[in-house]
Amino acid sequence: MKKSFINGVGCISVQKTVDAAFLAEVELTTKESVVFAKQPSYVEVISPSFIRRMAKGVKMGIFTSTQALKEANLAMPDAIITGTGLGCLEDSEKFLKAILDNNEQFLTPTSFIQSTHNTVAGQIALGLQCKGYNFTYVNGAVSLETALLDAKLQIETEEAHSVLVGGIDETAQHNIDVQRMAGNIKKQEDLPCSILEPTTKGMILGEGASFFVLEEQQKESSYATLDAISIQNSLELNEVEQYVKTFLNNNKISLNDIDLVVLGNNGDVEFDVYFNQVSHFFNQTPQAYFKHLSGEFYTASGFGLWMALNILKEQTVPACVKMNSIEREMYQTVLLYNQYRGKDHSLTLLKKC
Amino acid sequence: MEALKQELKEKIIAALNLEHISVEEFDDNETLFGDGIGLDSIDALELIVLLDKDYGIKLTDPKEGKTIFQSVETMANYISANRTK
Amino acid sequence: MNKRVAITGMGIISSIGNSVEENFQSLINGKTGISTIENLETIHKEVIMVGEIKLTNQQLAKQLNLSEDNNFSRTTLLGAIAVREALENANVKDINDCRSGFISATSVGGMDLNEKYFYEYYNDESLHKYINSHDAGDSSHQIADYIGLKGMVTTVSTACSSAANAIMLGCRLIQSGQLDRVIVGGTDALAKFTINGFKTLMILSDTYNTPFDNDRKGLNLGEAAAFLVLESDEIVQKNNKKVLAYVSGFGNANDAFHQTASSENGEGAFLAMQKAFKLADLKPEDINYINAHGTATPNNDLSEGRAILRIFNNKVPDFSSTKAFTGHTLAAAAAIEAVYSVLALQHNLVFPNMNFKKPMEEFNLIPQTILKEKNINHVLSNSFGFGGNCSTVIFSKSE
Repeated sequence: MKKSFINGVGCISVQKTVDAAFLAEVELTTKESVVFAKQPSYVEVISPSFIRRMAKGVKMGIFTSTQALKEANLAMPDAIITGTGLGCLEDSEKFLKAILDNNEQFLTPTSFIQSTHNTVAGQIALGLQCKGYNFTYVNGAVSLETALLDAKLQIETEEAHSVLVGGIDETAQHNIDVQRMAGNIKKQEDLPCSILEPTTKGMILGEGASFFVLEEQQKESSYATLDAISIQNSLELNEVEQYVKTFLNNNKISLNDIDLVVLGNNGDVEFDVYFNQVSHFFNQTPQAYFKHLSGEFYTASGFGLWMALNILKEQTVPACVKMNSIEREMYQTVLLYNQYRGKDHSLTLLKKC
Repeated sequence: MEALKQELKEKIIAALNLEHISVEEFDDNETLFGDGIGLDSIDALELIVLLDKDYGIKLTDPKEGKTIFQSVETMANYISANRTK
Repeated sequence: MNKRVAITGMGIISSIGNSVEENFQSLINGKTGISTIENLETIHKEVIMVGEIKLTNQQLAKQLNLSEDNNFSRTTLLGAIAVREALENANVKDINDCRSGFISATSVGGMDLNEKYFYEYYNDESLHKYINSHDAGDSSHQIADYIGLKGMVTTVSTACSSAANAIMLGCRLIQSGQLDRVIVGGTDALAKFTINGFKTLMILSDTYNTPFDNDRKGLNLGEAAAFLVLESDEIVQKNNKKVLAYVSGFGNANDAFHQTASSENGEGAFLAMQKAFKLADLKPEDINYINAHGTATPNNDLSEGRAILRIFNNKVPDFSSTKAFTGHTLAAAAAIEAVYSVLALQHNLVFPNMNFKKPMEEFNLIPQTILKEKNINHVLSNSFGFGGNCSTVIFSKSE
């Protein structure tokens, strides 16, 4: 069975993740309830005749996928697979508002087209002229994980030799408003807040895009192998430990083999208890978190994966993401655990190569 | 007619987000689709809505747009002959 | 990986019936589901026709025994009804008795709620329970919770090929041994959002859609949900399951031509069919019936027709589009057509391509226009979507 090497990455986030040393300069996102991705200059990567119609999500997706391909020195992937919780929200809202405000008259197609969930994957394919397999998953916090699982399967079964995989989510005003109403976003009066010792409900909403090149072949640019992924719709709190144990058993590794656990804590007192279970289970293992840097969104785990890959490459855990003081001499194996509001649990296993 | 052409250029640039083109360098006879300005079939649909909304001209078949949208010149001629507002 | 995957159950709700049996009766009796809109408020009511399910959300919720204060979108309600029938049909008593997954497909998700309450949310707190039902994934979570499935749940959204792609992922997860059972399919409710979206593209017909006809004027949108239960050979043998049909091959490719339109020669469609044949280890002459995508837009039928002529080397088997019955049900389309493909295999029938009169001037392709009985061993089903997404699934008889 072929292995999946991650040979190139690209990330746009709230932090300086484009053309900057790995988390050299970070800004905590815990002061505002909604945080926005730093937009790079797109003109070098996307021609003006194309960019004019592109939603933020499409631009972020094309930019980061271009970065990932470049790093992996890959001109044309065999497949493109994306994950997005909400797609290009701004255009969806724009089109919907136009329908409601103009009583269904004088509507134009551009924002409708961009609102389709698979528009990022489709436009990357169009740009690259990539005629291969092209999928988009839209399942909350496992949107990107399904894309990774699919990509890994493609390589294992030799359906593809190289796969471009990415996660994209953007913020938009109506969604922010209603998520506040539903109590999903933290109240301004509860900020600043502690992510690791939460006392209030809700999360800090963010946005971003991250892309990864998976290949069967190891290259100089290789970060790690993607060894396993598990997706689980729902778990009771007391089932989390067993879920992790089963995953480790299935992959024939022991608790001690894990050199770093990356957790998706987002500072929601109601649901971070899930992460506490895993944190407790791995209480002798170095642990890291990232949503205090990325904000929470359905494909925020892409930022976590990007971070884990960089840690494996650099062999050091930046102080700003450490959850405990335990260290290892070598970081060989990393386990990521994520969930959102008790749903869409995932475990991702990486190994240094 | 000159005023209409000027107005059209501004509207086309705004509707189609042609930020890289200025009204000054937009020639009356420049081909809008293909090699010229480089518009495509999605832009054609946007222009059909522009005709409807701003000039009260309804096209029911996107193919009709082909001759009308050749250039700003042909658009302006068609609009002045058929406008209802 | 070229192991075929067993289909052990199916469920469907569409404008031509609220169950597999009702859909079958409509198909053999030539009863269309295309009508004017009743359940949805839109100014286009008089000028378009749709494949609408004539049950209100309240009626659907009642069928599902949901409590009064449920927050299911119409997409979720339709999906849950089809999933329930599929599980009953597959005789699944305990969904968690093996490694079960659920892979749904949707394009709009809870858009019907979002568009209805977009501004009302600001003034009416009692509506806030619907907010978390907007996103596509939530409809899958709700259906999974409704059937009590705890394991892997995910959702595909690749526009109008979505459900075909859900079927593909399901098969691959079974073939690779990651799951023992997976419910795959798609669900999409009619929404003002999509009606107006397709209207801006000027591809909606103002009358009954006429697939592959020279004078076709565009598509009718529809709403539907359909799901298949796929099970591994081990589970089939262990439980002595009746196999309705097999998924024997599939393929997905990208046209990489235009954001919404298909290329002139249907390159993506050709590649998708080619991949499916390879995986199924079948040749074009093995196919007895093609359930075409056939949306009745000028662009699709020309592009698909050319791709079919090319892959079948001009020897095209009986083919039809069933969209004249149901309308184009977007992310659910490939799932309802999967059910129709299995019915074609089970009953040895080619379902008619209704409303066809005049062959297209570009080529000599004449669909099967009346119900035809003949031995059918393999059915090929096409589904294509925006973003150049092209998918083909091949279904084969169970003996």
